[in-house]
Formats: sequence, C-alpha cells, structure tokens
Amino acid sequence: MNKPATSNTATFLGMPPFPVAAREALANSQLRRNLRHATHTIRSKRARVVEELDDWEQLRLAGAAIKDDVLGNLGGYLEQLEESLTRAGATVHWARDAAEANQVVIDIARSHKVDEVVKVKSMVTGEIELNAALEAAGISAWETDLAELIVQLGNDLPSHILVPAIHRNRSEVRDIFLREMGKVGRPAEADLTDEPAQLAGAARRHLREKFLRAKVAVSGANFAVADTGTLVVVESEGNGRMCLTLPEVLISVVGIEKVVPTWTDLEVFLQLLPRSSTGERMNPYTSTWTGVTPGDGPQEVHVVLLDNGRTKVLADEVGRQALRCIRCSACLNVCPVYERVGGHAYGSIYPGPIGAILTPMLRGVGTDEATDALPFASSLCGACYEVCPVLIDIPEVLVHLRGKVVDSHRGGVPGALQAAMTGASWTLRRSSRLALAQRFAGLSGRVLGRRGLIGRMPPPLSRWTDARDAPAPSRESFRAWWARTDGGRSGAGSTAAGSTAAGSPSDTTDEGGEPR
Amino acid sequence: MKAREEILRRVRSALVADRQGRSSDAGGDQGKKDQGTSRGYAHTRDLPDRLALFVERVEDYQASVIRTRPDDVAAAVAKSLVGARRVVVPRGFNPSWVPQGLDIVLDEPALRADELDAVEAVVTSAVVGIAVTGTIVLDHTAGQGRRALTLVPDVHVCVVTADQVVGDVPEAVARLSSSVNAGQPLTWISGPSATSDIELDRVEGVHGPRTLRVVLVG
Ligand code: SF4
Repeated sequence: MNKPATSNTATFLGMPPFPVAAREALANSQLRRNLRHATHTIRSKRARVVEELDDWEQLRLAGAAIKDDVLGNLGGYLEQLEESLTRAGATVHWARDAAEANQVVIDIARSHKVDEVVKVKSMVTGEIELNAALEAAGISAWETDLAELIVQLGNDLPSHILVPAIHRNRSEVRDIFLREMGKVGRPAEADLTDEPAQLAGAARRHLREKFLRAKVAVSGANFAVADTGTLVVVESEGNGRMCLTLPEVLISVVGIEKVVPTWTDLEVFLQLLPRSSTGERMNPYTSTWTGVTPGDGPQEVHVVLLDNGRTKVLADEVGRQALRCIRCSACLNVCPVYERVGGHAYGSIYPGPIGAILTPMLRGVGTDEATDALPFASSLCGACYEVCPVLIDIPEVLVHLRGKVVDSHRGGVPGALQAAMTGASWTLRRSSRLALAQRFAGLSGRVLGRRGLIGRMPPPLSRWTDARDAPAPSRESFRAWWARTDGGRSGAGSTAAGSTAAGSPSDTTDEGGEPR
Repeated sequence: MKAREEILRRVRSALVADRQGRSSDAGGDQGKKDQGTSRGYAHTRDLPDRLALFVERVEDYQASVIRTRPDDVAAAVAKSLVGARRVVVPRGFNPSWVPQGLDIVLDEPALRADELDAVEAVVTSAVVGIAVTGTIVLDHTAGQGRRALTLVPDVHVCVVTADQVVGDVPEAVARLSSSVNAGQPLTWISGPSATSDIELDRVEGVHGPRTLRVVLVG
C-alpha cells in the first residue's frame, strides 16, 4: 500500500539528472520574468471570459456538486463506467499504483511489438512516470504537445500544468530543437529562427512523421462519462487529435476521480474548464470517443483506471475535495508563491496550490520532509479558492494538512519545528485567521499551545518572533531559502529553520493575495 | 481482477465514515454540498442575434466565415478553399455544395494517413455550431467523414447551416446526446489549432489544419 507513495516520490528524482547549472538557471530572473508574464497574462484573460458569463457562480456550484456526487458514490460510478466502456468495445484495466499502470501499458505495447508510442500531454502519465518505465522496457515515448516536446528534448522538467515550458525562452527553444530533434527523428532546419511560428512549424514537421507511423498512442482523459463510456480530451494544438485518431491502438490512463455521471454533466465542465484554464471561451479542440468506432480511429481501445493514492485522498473528509480538481491551473496563475518559486520548487508533477494539497495526500503525510513542507508553501491568501472552478477550498485543506504534518512529527524533529513555525507565522498574522484556524482540526491550538509561540521566544527562535513586527523581509530571502534547501527538499531543517520562518511565504506576499 | 476488487474495496472503505453519518463540523465542504445539487446555471441564453454572434466568435479565433444563401454554397466553398485543388470530400456531403473543377479525392477505400497528408484540403459539413463560443462540432456521420479526414489536411472548409447553430454549450450538449449514445466520436473545433507554449506568443496552427474556414448557410 505504500508503493504508490514511493513511486510518487520518485517523480522528479527518478528522471534524468537535473544539472546543477540548470537548477541555478531556474532561480534566475528569466524564470521569474517568464512566469510573471505567463501567470498575469492568463489570469487577466481568464477574468475577462469569466466576466462574460453571468451564471459563473452557479456553474461553479454545479461543478462542485457533480464532483461531490461522484466522489460520494465513486464505487458505483466506476462500475458503471467499466460496464459502459466494455459495452462500447473498450478493454478496461485497473491499476492500484503507478507500477501496475505502467505495466499494463508496457504489456499492451509489447503485444503489438512496437518500440515507440506517441503521447498526448497528460498529468497522470507524468504522475506515474510512464515515460521512464517505457524507456526501461525499451519503448520510446514521444511527447507531442509542443511544450512537453520542448521539455522532453531539453531533458528538463515541466514547470506549469498548462504551459510546462514557460521557463524557456524562444532562443533556448530554438537551440534545443536544433541540437536534439535530429537525434530522435526529423531534424530541425538549420536556418530555423527563434520566431514562435517557425518553432511551431519545426515541431509540426518533426512530429508529423511520428504521428503518421505510430501504431500505439497513450493519452489521459479530462473526463470519463459513466453512463455512456465516453472519454473526453480537451486540448489546443491538435496533437491530441492526432494521437487519438491515427494510431491503431489507444491506451488512456484515467484517474478514478475523472468520472462524471452523465453526458449532460459535461455542459457544466466544458464551460468551466476552458474559461478557467486558457482564458478562452472554448479551447481549439475537444475530442470525445466512446470505445471503438468501426472504421474510424483506433480499433483497439484500452482504459486504465488508476488509484495511485486517490483512495487515500478520498478517505480524508476534508481533503477529499481536492479530487474535484479538473486541472485547469487557474490556482497557479493567481498564487503569489507560485509566481515566485515556479513549478519546479514543488517537487511534483502537480505544482502550485493544488499541488501543495494533492501531493501530500497522494503520497501520504509523513512520507518525507519535502512532501510535508508542501502544505506550508502558501500564504493562505485565498486567491486560489476564489478562482477555482470547482470551489476547492485550498486554504482549508492546507490548514488541515498542516495539522496532520504537525501530528505526524510529534517528537520534535527539526522538520516539525520548521513546520510548526511556518504554520504559526501565518496564524498570527490576523486574529480572525487564528479563530478560523482553530475551527480546523484543532491545529493552531496544538501548535501554539505546545510550542508557546505567542509572544517572544528564546534565541535563535527570537529571530522569528522579531520578524513579526519588522517590515516584511525582502522576498529574496525566501527564494534564497528555496534555492539552498532545494525547496525544503534537502531537509536542511535546523540550519534553515530561522530563515525559513523569517522568509516564509506569508511574508513575501506583497500583492493581490492579502485581503486588506 | 485483483486490482479491481482492491480499488473498489478501498473506495468503499474510504467512504464508510460517510455512510455512518459524519460529524457536522467535518469541514466547509459539507455546507457547499448541501446547497450544491443545484443546476441553477443558464440552460439557454437569450441572444439577440445568434448567427451574428456565431460569426463574430468564430472570427475571434482567426477563422474566417462566409455567410451565404443556400444556392450559393458551392461558390462560397470554392472561395474558402484558397486555391487548394486536391480536396477530400467525404461520402454523404451535399453534392450541390461541391464546386466545379476540383480534383476530388474520395476516402474509399479508406486513405492511409500518408495519402491523406498529400491532400491539400477537406470539405465537410457539421452537426452543431455554438454561437457563444464560436465552436463547430462534428459527429463524423455522413458528410463529415471519419476523424482523420478533418485532421491531416492543412485546410478545413466546414459548411454549417443556420438551423444547426445553437446558443451555448448546454444546448449543444443536449443536441449531441443522440450522437454520443449512438457511439459516434465528436470533434469540437474552435478556430484553427493554436499554441501559446513559447513565451505565451499565440501561434495559429500546429498539428490540425492551420486554416479553418466556415461557410454559414442561411
Ligand atoms: S484546484 Fe481548482 S483552480 Fe486549481 S487546478 Fe484544480 S480545478 Fe483548477
């Protein structure tokens, strides 16, 4: 049962070593500038198209309610989905964890004697590290989303759910294409410029060769309709359509929380998702398919229903709402912490506010220090909740998880101290929040009571209490802390404790976030 | 079957507390849930000029639209083909909508992907148009071809009739339900393919047809 946690943890550690130089580069102003530009652009687009719908709040309520109904009756819906899929000619597989899901995909690929598959961008295959598993089995997995292609060719990590290569600028992309494309297929033209349209053209030609010859494709799904057995993929570039249409065999890995009860329910999500995600009224392409359609598209269709920690999240009554997530990434784009540290700092395929709650629950609190630090990577400003199309109260879950982290560290290892302090730093900011926090899981009572953090503390902790009344420290200190401790991952607990607290995320919230 | 039983068992045990009646302060979630089963959003939208909005919204995506009378469709299609000569026309496409003088390619027997790649354009009909979002939907029945036909060629000309255009997504979902129940795949198209993956610069046309032209009849 702990297997998923282990394999999850390996998500970023198990991938090709991330050069130190690259890591330093990521901490630089390029990343900051790109991220800032990206998040601000997308969020203002989102705001504009959300504004257009006067029933937006009702849509959010309905989205949350539909998902809650699904989660509350998940077993029945999964059985119904399985039955519908089977009736439509699909083969349904179940996978308890990443290893099982990967094995299913490998076995199917092997049964067709292929040494390559094409892939549609999908969070879940990132979560289970499918590419690495396929590679180990001698099967190349070609990412076909432009950003994922940039990330894959650059031997890099995604930094944003929606625009995973946002940390790369155009000349870097050009260099990567010129250097790497020829090694794995059709090379980029030598006179390639760094115009985005040219770069997209190079990707089109490079990938078309792969689309036309691929026998097996792997996708995720945004939604799986229980009563019809219909899967839905929402995308922009058309690489999804290529993968879903041209190969003979299609394997879709679908988290068990992706179920919606009926086809009609999509009328809600196909409004919520594109507007929240890319800030468009509708994304360029949405594909739906129901098992096998004779004479059209893949004639062998597999669906892998994946748990990999989701039932653990389901068992947490407060945290369960995270399973409503439709991966729109709106919460990333409004998050002041995300904007500063970028996606890599979260050490997981799921970055930003949703990652800060989902990752610890999928892996399990107490798995490791890096995971336990995630619920503290927030100023609890609430902006994420404001924009979430399915009303996930991320601050509520963060506070809840902070309590669990503190509980799991009874005995006072440095990590726990660090955690408790960061938690308290937030709690103390406003008395109203103190009251709020006390309502949740009794966290603040335990933290404050046991640690006695109200008032002054003896050195070296006094540095922390002193900071309360001082002007907010420069945000550099927070970044410096992330850089030094690898986003808290290195477990540099005791040495980092002072500066962690002093430079905690809550202090660096200099805009947008804090209700005034 | 082991994984299946195990996952379903985990799901049920995760929900056991619910069945036994949970404490009332289990989290803010609960309150939302109680008021939540509402479907209070708009199921239809009151649009003064549905067709004009459809045109405006499709054009918003850099796709061009020609509005035409029923007897001028072939001319509008010809114009929309922007010089493409080798054109795939799926079975069931209204013959009176096909312009003269084209090198028509039929998908019978089914073209291989590389053969399709050598074709310049495809002309199809649609099943639904959505005004608010500027979307056209294909259910890949007669006149629309299998999915690959509208994917591989670089130009897609799509003929939509006025009666196919609905207000917003809920009306479209309702109309499409019979197609879905019949097992048909759907392709929702809102403008040509696009990416903003490089520095958030929007580039029209990555893998799908880089040119989308809509002919609105009526
Ligand atoms: S938590 Fe909400 S806002 Fe964030 S990605 Fe998920 S659905 Fe979107």
